[in-house]
Amino acid sequence: MLRAMLGEAWLAMGANRLRTALTMLGMVIGVGAVVIMIAIGQGAQYAVQQTISTMGSNLFIVLSGSFTAAGVRSGSAGGPTLNVADAEAIAELDGVVNVAPTHQGRRQLVYGSQNWSANVIGTTPPYLEARAWTIASGAAFGDSDVRSATRVALIGKTTAQNLFGDENPVGKTMRIQQNPFIVIGVLASKGQNLDGNDQDDTVIIPLTTAQRKVFGTPFLGSVRMIMVQADSADNMERVMDSTTALLRQRHRLREGVPDDFFMRNLSAAAESEAETTRTMSILLGAIASISLLVGGIGIMNIMLVSVTERTREIGIRMAIGARQRDILTQFLLEAVMISFAGCLLGLFLGLAIALAINAATGMVIVVSGAAALVAFAVAAGVGIFFGWYPARKAARLDPIEALRYQ
Amino acid sequence: MNPVIRVVGLGKSYETAAGLFPALKGVDLEIRSGEFIAIMGPSGSGKSTFMNLLGCLDTPSSGDYYLTGQNVAHLDKDALAILRNRTIGFVFQGFNLLPRMSLQDNVALPLVYSGAGKASRRAAAREMLDKVGLGKYADSLPSRISGGQQQRVAIARALVNKPQLILADEPTGNLDSHTSEEIMALFSELNREGITVVLVTHEPDIAAHAKRQVRFLDGHIVSDHLTAAVPA
Repeated sequence: MLRAMLGEAWLAMGANRLRTALTMLGMVIGVGAVVIMIAIGQGAQYAVQQTISTMGSNLFIVLSGSFTAAGVRSGSAGGPTLNVADAEAIAELDGVVNVAPTHQGRRQLVYGSQNWSANVIGTTPPYLEARAWTIASGAAFGDSDVRSATRVALIGKTTAQNLFGDENPVGKTMRIQQNPFIVIGVLASKGQNLDGNDQDDTVIIPLTTAQRKVFGTPFLGSVRMIMVQADSADNMERVMDSTTALLRQRHRLREGVPDDFFMRNLSAAAESEAETTRTMSILLGAIASISLLVGGIGIMNIMLVSVTERTREIGIRMAIGARQRDILTQFLLEAVMISFAGCLLGLFLGLAIALAINAATGMVIVVSGAAALVAFAVAAGVGIFFGWYPARKAARLDPIEALRYQ
Repeated sequence: MNPVIRVVGLGKSYETAAGLFPALKGVDLEIRSGEFIAIMGPSGSGKSTFMNLLGCLDTPSSGDYYLTGQNVAHLDKDALAILRNRTIGFVFQGFNLLPRMSLQDNVALPLVYSGAGKASRRAAAREMLDKVGLGKYADSLPSRISGGQQQRVAIARALVNKPQLILADEPTGNLDSHTSEEIMALFSELNREGITVVLVTHEPDIAAHAKRQVRFLDGHIVSDHLTAAVPA
């Protein structure tokens, strides 16, 4: 019986093609808009997440406190209040994955006749893991390089291109502050960070070498900055609190004395950026859903007209034995079929436009099967929801009245 | 023979702006299997109301209606729909074929609602179309054939579910006299095969084809006699 009814619904749709097509158009536009908006929204989220993952996740930094000399305050990371032993103690805390004492600044590099200014980072091996750096060619330095302050360097892609051109940098010797460094590896490219800075314009060298040969340090073993990676975003707050407590204890700060260090959550900014894009994509989807709603109302409108026009037909069907639920099913099927066909077309249209946007502007789009499934479920839902009232109206007609209808 | 239809004190009133209007005022009637009966009367006599009740399209305000022995006066809408589908075949004045469907699909429609499979629907519809002499138009649309032919298709549709009873409401009202005679001849033939036919008409010469004539006036039966008893 359902198959016979499907056939009849198909006939009814074909009976007034222009009207059916226009009704469907409402659904096509609605579903198309939802698909495009979800694709763009998810694309934006994906892009932000990509950037965040290149920065490393769940990171915070501890900066040494300012110090005052002759009335001049140094600003954060100016004083000698942090040292390598602090970093080692932090590493023992619960929920801490990586700890890297770090010292960085811009320095001029020289190789042959070329020179270039890059961000030089002196640190320990855990830094690479914390910031999600991988080695494209060559090898990383190890703890022994830090212990013996060897003059080795890892360089970023941008630095490599500017200093070495087409040459393979691995094994070459460059100079930082007159000191020769052997390039032992090239870092895999990460692109820009959220501030638009090129993360690939970087040189990473052992901390000890940096302190002795490049930056110099007022007190042996002191560091400007310690980078800490927590094991999860949920643990960040707790790890930061226990780090504060630990450092206050180690620095013998009494109650009421301010911290002699600063802490900054690096992931917070990234997370708020992710939150913003998530909100944006929900908003886009919500706005697009309104057009789906309007499409649904279009279906309801046409189904009501159809029920009135076909009153006599309904009367005939009832006279020859159609029960109320048969009439209800028939009109619901029609509404759902229009809705489904519109949805299918809208899906393809939305995909095509999303791909066209991607091709034309290079904007990242993400098309997910889940989104398509949801769109389909929504279309069926819209068909049933907006088809229900007209179908019920048809089913509740009085057969005698309906037969008399001209 | 068993009565196909037995009504006892059947009454029907309608709400109107002027109050309750009694269209049918306690009618008693028995129709036996194999009868060919004409229900007559002027408009407003209650014959259409009676016809709607007989056809299970409506339920009475009072009294009882036994259709093939079962009291159907108080059944719900779905039960009535099943009765209309299985027990009664309708023929209307305006033919009432569905314009978008082929003749064969029109004839098969009652079988869709009784849940028959596609192959058996097709076979039964084809058989009935052949019976009324229109098998060769099976795939045509109703608009392609004449009014008399459309009424034959409507009769085929009424017959397709092998009903106990055919209810024909002014079946010749839209036809010329020659075609009317053909349609009435078809009813007579079906009646000879044993089908009970109830015919509503206000034309005496159409009613003359029936074996028995019942006349309504003001909601009552005023006469009930065999056709042969009336001088032509």
